[in-house]
Amino acid sequence: MKNQLLSINDLSHSDVLSILNTAAELEKITSGANKKLPTLRGRTVVNLFFEDSTRTRISFETAAKRLSADVINFSAKGSSVSKGESLKDTAQTLQAMGADAVVIRHGSSGAAQRLADSGWISATVINAGDGTHEHPTQALLDAFTISKAFPDRKNDFSGVRVAIVGDILHSRVARSNVLLLTKLGAKVTLIAPPTLLPVGVEQWPVDISYDFDAEIENFDVVMMLRIQLERMSNFFFPNEREYSRRYGLNETRLSRMKKSAIVMHPGPMNRGLEISASSADSSRSVIVDQVGNGVVARMAVLYLLLGGAPISEVLS
Amino acid sequence: MSAILESADIDRALKRISHEIIERNHGIESVVLLGIPTRGAYIAARLAEILKNLGSEVPVGTLDITMHRDDLRMRAPRPLLPTVLPLGGIEGKDVVLVDDVLFSGRTIRAALDALGELGRPKTVQLAVLVDRGHRELPIRADYVGKNLPTSSNESVKVSLKEVDGIDSVEITGAR
Repeated sequence: MKNQLLSINDLSHSDVLSILNTAAELEKITSGANKKLPTLRGRTVVNLFFEDSTRTRISFETAAKRLSADVINFSAKGSSVSKGESLKDTAQTLQAMGADAVVIRHGSSGAAQRLADSGWISATVINAGDGTHEHPTQALLDAFTISKAFPDRKNDFSGVRVAIVGDILHSRVARSNVLLLTKLGAKVTLIAPPTLLPVGVEQWPVDISYDFDAEIENFDVVMMLRIQLERMSNFFFPNEREYSRRYGLNETRLSRMKKSAIVMHPGPMNRGLEISASSADSSRSVIVDQVGNGVVARMAVLYLLLGGAPISEVLS
Repeated sequence: MSAILESADIDRALKRISHEIIERNHGIESVVLLGIPTRGAYIAARLAEILKNLGSEVPVGTLDITMHRDDLRMRAPRPLLPTVLPLGGIEGKDVVLVDDVLFSGRTIRAALDALGELGRPKTVQLAVLVDRGHRELPIRADYVGKNLPTSSNESVKVSLKEVDGIDSVEITGAR
């Protein structure tokens, strides 16, 4: 495994299996009264968040604390970034404070890569979402959630049909999930209006559909994406009601799904827009489980990246 | 390189340990076995089988110690091995930790910490197939299959049918 996680492409198939197995074991050993493990004692993890986030930041913070690492939360609001400090100067400050890992969330695609390649810091860089590019730990927790919903498959998703529905264009979650789930053998179908699909999507290893109703009976997993209103500077669909009618998950569509199928959403949800409240709260929905799985999946990533000797020492 | 213990010797040693566990605990009611993966887990399962044949069923589980090791930073991250809590848990029980080889004692130190995460047993005892000496911590075994004097640059290789296809204990690598 590389010593950073910027994209799902950084992970080999065996790295992914190792993360999923580690997450499963960590879930077992932290399910008792004592959730804390001493493994990362003395290591410092910085959450460097240039964009708003609730669950990703809290999830990383919880994961690092359960492994006994020290956590520093840095958000752009209320820091010197709002005074115009550059990413480079911010990074060098963190380096001087002795950060062992930097978890970065940034509005620009490639920010995590820039931080990792720049030579500004020696810390392990973990991408927690960069612009519309990737969000690898979200995909890992989604894969872990699917793995728990279909335990007989033992992390082999061949034949599992996954629908990813909604704003693919702006979704880093969709990009990371397409890469990861196809790596594990799943067959992914992207469902969206043509205006919400990115250029070049026909090159991706996926099926594409503009019609949510056409194949809804065949999917094992239906992953709804948030309509990212903050990134909607142009008009991508006529109005929210029309979008909701054609691409929203409602009770009628839920009732047509396979009995064993699960509903996922990376959150935060726009209830009533891409997903109805009754679908989000139904027994098929694993949306709340995804949050808990996020903590153990991120613990697995932090342990595998920081738990051992630095890569340079292992090689020498 | 020759086998110090062969299949029949290992069987005999484990049978003796089973009897000692019953004797020491005045019965077996509150005893649970916890094997340390990989090979300790198989030895614990064998002890449970022998005890069952003696008319005493004991719960058996496994305990992964990876997250509590003190040498994590000296090697690449290790994969976690399965932890299986025995039926009825460990709270208030007489826990017998089971491992294949007792050497520095560091594995057992980590196991005691890992055990603390799961609950508070009444007593903790230690059963090992081989005690090869060279302790670096104040730890000793309660049940020993075979005391094996070794030099510290030798290594002791325990093979078990379940993983290695053969039962044997060998000393290798003397320089």
